[in-house]
Formats: sequence, structure tokens, C-alpha cells
Amino acid sequence: MANEPRSDDELTGDLHAEHQILNMGPSHPATHGTVKFVIELDGETIIDLDVQVGYLHRGFEKECESGSWYQCIPYTDRLNYNSAILANVGFCLAVEKLLQLETPERCQWLRVMASELSRLGDHLTRCGAAALELQAMTPFLYGIEARELCWDLQEALCGARVTSNYVRIGGVKHDMPPSFPRQAREVIKKIRSLLADFDAVVTQNRIFVDRLKGTGVISQQDCIRYAVTGPVLRSTGVPLDLRKDEPYLTYRDVDFDVPVGEVGDNFDRYLVCVEEMHQSLRIVEQCLVKLENLGPGPVNVDDPRVRWPAKGRVFNQMEELIQQFKSVTEGPRVPPGEGYFAIESANGELGFYLVSDGSAVPVKVRCRPPSLINIAPLPLMVRGAMLADVIPTFDFLNMIGGECDR
Amino acid sequence: MDDHGSPLLRRLLDHHAAAVIDVHAQLGDATALVHKERLVEVMRFLRDDPGLAFDMLMDVTCVDYLGETPRFEMVYHLYSLAKKHRLRIKARVPETPCEIDTLCPLWPSANWMEREVWDLYGVRFTGHPDPRRLLLYEEFVGHPLRKDYPKERRQPLIGPNN
Repeated sequence: MANEPRSDDELTGDLHAEHQILNMGPSHPATHGTVKFVIELDGETIIDLDVQVGYLHRGFEKECESGSWYQCIPYTDRLNYNSAILANVGFCLAVEKLLQLETPERCQWLRVMASELSRLGDHLTRCGAAALELQAMTPFLYGIEARELCWDLQEALCGARVTSNYVRIGGVKHDMPPSFPRQAREVIKKIRSLLADFDAVVTQNRIFVDRLKGTGVISQQDCIRYAVTGPVLRSTGVPLDLRKDEPYLTYRDVDFDVPVGEVGDNFDRYLVCVEEMHQSLRIVEQCLVKLENLGPGPVNVDDPRVRWPAKGRVFNQMEELIQQFKSVTEGPRVPPGEGYFAIESANGELGFYLVSDGSAVPVKVRCRPPSLINIAPLPLMVRGAMLADVIPTFDFLNMIGGECDR
Repeated sequence: MDDHGSPLLRRLLDHHAAAVIDVHAQLGDATALVHKERLVEVMRFLRDDPGLAFDMLMDVTCVDYLGETPRFEMVYHLYSLAKKHRLRIKARVPETPCEIDTLCPLWPSANWMEREVWDLYGVRFTGHPDPRRLLLYEEFVGHPLRKDYPKERRQPLIGPNN
């Protein structure tokens, strides 16, 4: 009775175990974003995952709806704080759509150049931080060094490294400094060399490739059904890029390629981002040539609705003094109506839907945040995968808390 | 009804004229205001019609026109990846009952965006599979993007010590 042989089934069959619920976040050292995952686990296999966002909600829309149109611009800096200029550009283009303003050519080239620098900084952070969270410190330092150089250029343009506040309704804050093209060309050379170093350490690295290849796969159909845009959609082979498909500013006159992936896994997303960085550098170089050839010119539209009059006239003429007073205390009045304008941000379609009733205060400022919409299908991407796959998948979705939660 | 030169609005009016209240193409954005009871039917047509093929529901939001009846306006932005065109569909929602049919069965992207609208505006989505708040927490009182919600209102503290 004591030594009865056990049946095969008893030895090899599944143990009756309960699923474990794991709370990951809201501040987890392996995720660069304030977000909480409630993960149902069977051993290390993910059965289900619930994404809980909102920890960084500051009431962006409510604040915008209680100030003037100009006062919204600093808030847009704080949406995606990796690429603040892109959000500045998106918001100002949407307001200009309502005002039916066309900005001067020089301003448009400056905006394109600043946007691409911003996108470059965003992708560098994404790839660098992903490497860091997969336990590789060195490539992270290469990425951050390149981002610092990129931010040096942004600082030269607008005086701030992170919260740029660079773009104005109808223009930009000011023209680039005379030394900028030389500085930019030096920096581009250094960034190219850092990207080559990054590539040498990471792209062929066995550990990195094993963690990325075949993980976090999403199909083209699911991307479309979930309205996922940006590098995540492009990694599945859809060449949707608003810079090509609905060209705004001067993107029509710029030569660049839209990289796409094949299978929509994390490795494809990584490769798409790396190629986009090279394309951004190409665009910046073209902008520099164009700006040098254009020569000095206005960077702000000459429209009294949005621009302050020149100081010399304000101090000497009554009309200009009144206009200056109204512009400062009240801000521009935007004609009644509604408009939606979308740009290609580093994460995908960044859209602004604005409603004005003709007063100086917006009725509605809606930001369509690519970060929020791209992270919604995360459960689809990791269901059935290992717990460790959450990290690279989350990294390459690049959810930015400021933009996701607003 | 005039289609304002937009082939998208023309096609919508040809098939669902009775569902459409108003159209405009202000600033080049083709827009149709539809009856909220007919919203799902119109949206299904827009998604499945081969000439329109709106395969992506890009954005869902709401505007509070305090003082008007009906008070709320749902705003949907559609994009067609195949045809590369855009359309805006709007539907008015009254204060009571503050509800409209969900679009989750048509596009899963509606799930989170409708949760956000419920969270911030208090519009209920009939048939929504997961009607939780999205950005705020369950104990939050009220819906902060409503125009009658004062910006400086404080919320009761929550947590084990309170």
C-alpha cells in the first residue's frame, strides 16, 4: 500500500495552480513611464493584462479652455516632453487653420527642421531607454549623448532644451542664430558616428535580438482596427506617414524615405526607428541648405491679429499702443468654427481638434494623443507571451505619460 | 441637402439622407451631423462601403455646449487608409438621458476613447464592454471637462488613511 507506483498522468500532468495577479507599476524601474499593468500570470506566462493609465493627468484640456490661445502653447510642450516642438507645431498649425493663415517660407523651413530635431531626440530616447531596460547600459549612454547634442541644437534655436515653447501662432519665436548651420553640421556628424556605435553594440547583439525578435507582434489588421499609427503601424508594413500622405509645411519639397517593417514585432519597430533617425538627419541637412539659400527674411506672418506691433511704433503711435495692449491682455481672437489638424509626431498621428466661438478663449482644445491610442492594444501583443516580453514591447510602443494622460 | 463639393458627403447623403441633420465643409473638413439614434447605422455604412472604406476611427471626443439643447456633441474623426480621405461625424447628445450607442463593435479603437469621454464628460455609451473611467480614478466625483465643473474644485481625499 505504501509504495504503490504512481501513474504517468500524475507525474507529468499539469499541477492545479491558481493564476497569480501581479501589479507592475505605476512607477516600475523597468518602465520609463508612469503606468500600471495588472497582469494575470500562469507561472511566467501572461494570461491577461490590464493597462491602467492616468497617473499623469494634469487637465490639459481644462487648462487650455480657461486661458487664451497663446497660453496653450506652453502646455503643449508638456504633452510629449521628448519631442515638445512637434506638439508646438501641431497646435499652432491647427490654430492657423482656423485663422486661415499662411506662414512665410522661412518660418516653414525652420519648423520642419525643428520638428525633425525633435523627432530625432524622441527616437534616441526610445531606443536608448529600451536598451537600458534590457540591461545594456552602454548603448543607452550613446543614445543619451546623441540626444544631448540634439538638445544643444534645440537650445541654440529656442533657448530651452526640453520645454521648447518655440513655435508661435503665425511664426516661430525667432530665427536661427548665424552660427547655427555650422554647429548643426558638426553635431550631425557626431550623431551619425554615435548611431554607428549604437548600431555596432546592439543591432547584431544576441541578447538584444533574442529579446526583440518575435515579441510583441501585432498584425496589420489589428493596428488598423485599433487606429494605431506611427512607427508601430509602419513596422507592420503600412507606409502611412502624414509627412508624405498629407504633406504640411514644406515636407513636399523634402527628399526622404518612409521605412517599413515586415512582421510587426519589436525588432522591426527598432529598425524602423533607427532608419527614421537617419532620415531625420537627412531632412535637417536639406533644411540647412534651403535656409542658407533663402537668405534673411521674415519668420512671422505680418498679421495684426496674431503679431505684436514693432516696439518703435508702440511707443510713438496711439493705434499700435492700443493693439499691443489688447494683444497682451487678451490675446488673439480666432474666428468661430471648428478644425482638425494632424501632424506626424514621433509616435504617430498627433491631431488637434479645436472649436472657437470667436472669442479669445478656446471652447475646445482636443489633443488626439498617439501614445494613448497606441498602447490600448498592448494586451493583444503580450497575451500568451512571457512576463519579460512586456518590457521591450512597452519600450517600443514608447508611451509618454505626459501625452497619454494629458 | 448641399454636399459642399465633397464626394464623401454626396455619397453619405445619397444613401442615408434621412439620418443626416446638417453638413458643412468648413476649412476643407467634410462634416456631417447625424441623428444619434442612426449613428451606428451610418458608421457601419461608412466603414463597409467600398467607395468610402473608413477603416480607422482616428479620434472620438465630445464638446460641451452648455446652455444649448441638446447639450453635448460627440465628434468622431474617421480616416480611410485605403482611400486616404477624412470625414468628421457629429451627433448631439442631450443632458438626460446622457447616452449614445457605443462604436466598439465596429472599431475596437472606440473602446478607450469612449471610456475617456465617459470619464471627462459623463456621456454613457450603451453597450460598451468595459465602461470604466480611463484617466481618473473611480472615487472621483463629477466629470471635469463639463463647462459647469469649476476648475478649482477640490476632490475628497481617498486612500486607507482617510
